[in-house]
Order: sequence, then C-alpha cells, then structure tokens
Amino acid sequence: MEHQLNRKKMSSGALITVIVTVILLVAVIVLENTMNANSMLFTVLKKAAVYSLVAVSLNLVNGFTGLFSLGQAGFMLLGAYTYGILTIPAEMRESVYYIYQGSAINFSLQGLFQGLFGTAGVGGAIGLILGVLLAIILAGLVAAGFAYLIGLPVLRLKSDYLAIATLGFAEIIRAVFQWDKLGRVTNGANMLKGFPTFSSFNIKDASGAVAVRLSAFMPLLIAALCIFVIILLINSSYGRAFKAIREDEIAAEAMGINLAKHKQMSFCISSFFSGVAGALFAMFAATVQARSFTSAMTYEILLIVVIGGIGSVSGSVLASFLYIFCSEWWLRFLDSGALPFGNISVPFFRNGFRMVVFSVIIMIIVLFFRRGIMGTNEFSDLINQTRRKAKTKKEAAE
Amino acid sequence: MSTSVLHVENMTMQFGGVVAVNNLSMEIDEGEIVALIGPNGAGKTTAFNCITGVYQPTNGLISFYGEPMVCNHPQGKMKKNYGGKNADLYTSSHVLSPTPDKITYMGIARTFQNIRLWKSMTVFENVLTAKHMRAKQNVFSATFRTNRKEEARMRAEAEALLKEQGLWDVRDDVATSLPYGQQRRLEIARALATDPKLLLLDEPAAGMNPQETLELASFIHDIRDKYHLTVFLIEHHMDLVMNISDRIYVLDFGSLIAEGTPAEVQGNQRVIEAYLGVADDE
Repeated sequence: MEHQLNRKKMSSGALITVIVTVILLVAVIVLENTMNANSMLFTVLKKAAVYSLVAVSLNLVNGFTGLFSLGQAGFMLLGAYTYGILTIPAEMRESVYYIYQGSAINFSLQGLFQGLFGTAGVGGAIGLILGVLLAIILAGLVAAGFAYLIGLPVLRLKSDYLAIATLGFAEIIRAVFQWDKLGRVTNGANMLKGFPTFSSFNIKDASGAVAVRLSAFMPLLIAALCIFVIILLINSSYGRAFKAIREDEIAAEAMGINLAKHKQMSFCISSFFSGVAGALFAMFAATVQARSFTSAMTYEILLIVVIGGIGSVSGSVLASFLYIFCSEWWLRFLDSGALPFGNISVPFFRNGFRMVVFSVIIMIIVLFFRRGIMGTNEFSDLINQTRRKAKTKKEAAE
Repeated sequence: MSTSVLHVENMTMQFGGVVAVNNLSMEIDEGEIVALIGPNGAGKTTAFNCITGVYQPTNGLISFYGEPMVCNHPQGKMKKNYGGKNADLYTSSHVLSPTPDKITYMGIARTFQNIRLWKSMTVFENVLTAKHMRAKQNVFSATFRTNRKEEARMRAEAEALLKEQGLWDVRDDVATSLPYGQQRRLEIARALATDPKLLLLDEPAAGMNPQETLELASFIHDIRDKYHLTVFLIEHHMDLVMNISDRIYVLDFGSLIAEGTPAEVQGNQRVIEAYLGVADDE
C-alpha cells in the first residue's frame, strides 16, 4: 500500500493521450496509402511535425526553465547543415559542390553503412535508415555542442538580454555558414541537396514503384518520439528543478539547485532537439540553405509557443498543427482570388491577402486566450479533470 | 564543550560606501537555538545573505563545522574604499565564495523574510523539488525512469515531511493558495527537505497572530530535537525570541552591540536604548 502511494502512477489522461497519438499515427499511414499522395494534407503534416518539435524544444527553455532564448533558428540551421553535409551521397558531391570543385568530405553516412550491408534490398534499407538516424542524432549533438559553448557566457544573462544574445548568435551562425571560405564544407551561400528526404523512407518493390508510403508517417513518428522524451524529462526530478528555476531563481539556488548547471542542461537539451528538428526540416525541404533560417523563423516558432501556451507541451503541439495548417493550407484560397467552393471570384482576394487574414486571426486568438490556447494545462490534465467532474456528477446523481 | 557549527569571524559587508554589516563575529554551537535581533535596517538579513552565499562578504571568515566555508578580503576598488576593520587580516588566506547551492549542499538551509515558494507548483512538488539536490541520479536515469528507487525514496520522504507538518491534506493545492501561516510552514518543510544541519529562519513569525506564534515556538523546538538541528533565526516578536533562544545576538547599525542569554540581553542598557525600548510602544 505504502509502496503504491509513493510511486507515481500513470494517470488515465496520460494513457489516453498516448493511445490517441498512436491511433492518429496509424491513421496517417492508412490515409497516406489510400489518398492521393500529392494532397496538401501530407505536406502540411510533415511541416507541422517539424515545427511541433522545435516549438516544444523552445518551450522547454522558455516556458519550463524561464530562459528567454531566441536562438532556435540558429540551432536548426546547425542541425540541418550537419545532416545535409553527412548524408549527401558521395557520387552526388561533385555536382552539389561544383562551385568549389568538390566537397571536403567525400563519404555519406548511409553510404558507409551500405558498404557494410550492401546497397540492394533489405541491406540497403537498413544502411539508409541507420545512416539517416545517425546523421539526425549527430545533427542534434552538434547543435547541443554549440549550445554548450554559447551557454557558458550567455546564460549568465537574464530575460531580454539573453534573448538578444541568443538572437545575435543565430544571425552570426547564419552568416558564417554562408562564408565562401567554408565553401568546401557548407557550399557557401548555395544550397545543399541530394540527401535522403522523407520520401526515401517509402518502401519500394522490386520494380522501383512505391509499395508502402511512409513519407508523412516518419517525420511524425520521429517528432512524437522526441516530444515524448521531452515530456519524460519535464516530469522528472530535473524537470521539477527547471520549473523551480522558472518560478524563483533565488529560492531554487537556496534549495541547492545549481543554477548554472541546470540552465546549461536545459539549454543544451532544447538545442539538441532543435538540431534534430533542423535535420527533419532539411528532409522536408529537400534542400538546405542558410538563407531560410532567418530570425523570422524563430519568431514564427515563438508565436506558436505563445499561442499554444507558454509552459504547455500539448499547447505547442496543437498550435504548431493549427498554425501550419492555416498558414499553408486552409487560407490558401485567399491568395487565389476565388472561394474554395463554387466559382465565385472575390475581387480583393489577391496575393498576400492570406497573411492579412492570418494576422487578424492570431490577434483574435491572443486577445481571447490571454495565456494561450492551453494555458499551462496538458491534454492529460484536461482529460483527468473531465473524468473527475463526470465522476462527481454521477455520484451526486445517485 | 560542544562542537561549533557556525563560526563567523570579523565579517564585514560593504555596499559601495555603506557598511551594512560591520566586523560581526559570532559562534553557534551544535543543538543551540540562537536569535539575531535588532532594529530595522540593522543588517540582520544582510548577515544571513552573507552566510548563505547570496552576497560575498567584503571581509571576514565563515566556518561551518570547523571547515572554512566563506573567506574574503577587500579587493580591487574596495581596497581603497573599505570602511570596516581588520582589512589586512585575511589577505594571505584563500578567497572562498561558494554559490548558495553549494552552501545548501554543505548543510545550511534557509527560509526567506518575504516568502519565496515556487508559486505555481503544488505543495507536494515544492517539497519534492527540494529533494532534488541530494538525489543520486543523472539527467538520463531521471528522464528514462531508471532511477525508480531514488524517485520513490524522494517521494516517500517528501510525503513523511508533509504529513508531519500537517500539510498532507493540501498536498495538491497550489502553494500560494495556502493561508499565510501554512505557507511559512511549507517554506520550513521545504528547507528541511534538503537535510540541513543548520537551519536559518528569516523572520519565521512575520505576519502571524499570537496563537500561531506560540505554536511556532514549540514547532521550532520539535524540529530541532527531531532532526538534530541547530537553529539560527532573525525575529522581531520578542516573546518568541525570549521564549526559545538559548542565546541572542543584537545588531545595531551593522555592529554587534550585545550578546548573551535572553535575560542578559533584556537587561542590557544599550539594547534597551537601541531596540527594546522602542518595542515597548507597540
């Protein structure tokens, strides 16, 4: 009895959330293989998966540790480049790096593994998956390594000053990666391409036709696993220490929580997952170019975190999907000049009008949900609350 | 002779030109309850902050169980502007300035004058989080739940502490939703969760009514005996101070003006002039 009390049991809400996530993932596989594969749905799903991972990782530092960091685009860039540089097939390097007469690195990770397992059939697939996974993990580690170095001086700063310093870092990184002296590694201001993308995960039959489509499922799966790990971290002893730092730094320090160590830890872990998301973003876009990781990207992610609720993982995930679905898909018709149904053309629907409507929607959301859609609640809390309410209602009725 | 727990020697804290604590020396022995009193602005909380590492004293030495813990001498610009005494006493010794978390790890826990609970966390989480410091785990074992035993131990200990403080029934409430007296208790429970040897209480009875103050006195005695603590407190409620203290130090304008048993201090003319006389008006 005593033992049971002390162990934190998984609440029914958490269990339901996990089950629903698994069902949704399975549904994506089914839809992917039955629907038109070129549907906009899958494009936005992929992008939303990437964004939800960055948003949750940003929430880990901003919402749970209380460090106002704005370096996310920089860490994503590091991840994307690491992934790209390590996975461009050796035979394509000549053409990708043609301006710099070839690349300084002349192997790809999946190529190394395929050297072990063979290039054809199952061996080739295993080689590809191992290579890509290793590259994704290395992408995270490179981002985390940089975060550690930057964190040493920068994490002594607080609030706005920290934000400016991290934002500055992201801009510097972007400039450095476009530097042509590094061209044989980063390809300067030109894009990296030819590396495995999400569609490389599709299972093909002998003739080369796609047998099972997994290109939208894989990013969702990777993002879901990473977010699951972050949730585990947040609910662990370290997560509680992070929250204590957010709530009151002086009290946290007086209760024996080493501020420098825990801030550094949160910052590095968040950057690790941003790096992973960067690698996923590279796979989504099929090209990597430093130009695309602007500070506007960080603001976009910050906006998602704020809309979802600072300090709520569920909120960040929900907001990422809503944000990407709205901005990339549901509001597209506003740019096209006609309503999605019927054949009515509306004169003021023109290019750019989508963003006007979108901004208005965001303003309305921020006005009506002051603390974001979810506040600091999680899906599991809401489920538990409703169940408890239903239970008390039932008891009252009896 | 009993062991010395806290030994403060010639401690001076100077902010710019203001000498907040001037050449304070004191001694606290194991198992004692010692009070630090004095009028507002006398430097009591500053002395606390120096002992707990929030401030680095400008000059002086603090030892904990005989081991030097904090040591400093006037350096840089302060060398010229230093307004305290014994400027040359510690120039040859090692400068020691551990951060507050290291001092807590050595075994000194504190509460705050203005309550500093982790506001949006529950009562249980507040105590549980204070257990984090001594847990044998790392971030990987904690994330992937291979520290089950350690986590269960932390939860069991936090539960025991809360039950003892009578806060178990409100464990799932947000810390700030508690009434004031209970928040003070929770802050003490949280400090106890770090397994301290010396407990520093900064005005534990502030804002409490006479009944609560009375309860607090017996409570401080109880926890001292139960956890084999040494207690050092700042307090303005004279009945509480006189009731529970073994010895009292009196500060005025940063300097020690008296020390001794409650009876000795109450009879001291300088203390009556500087502090107690004023308190009689209340």
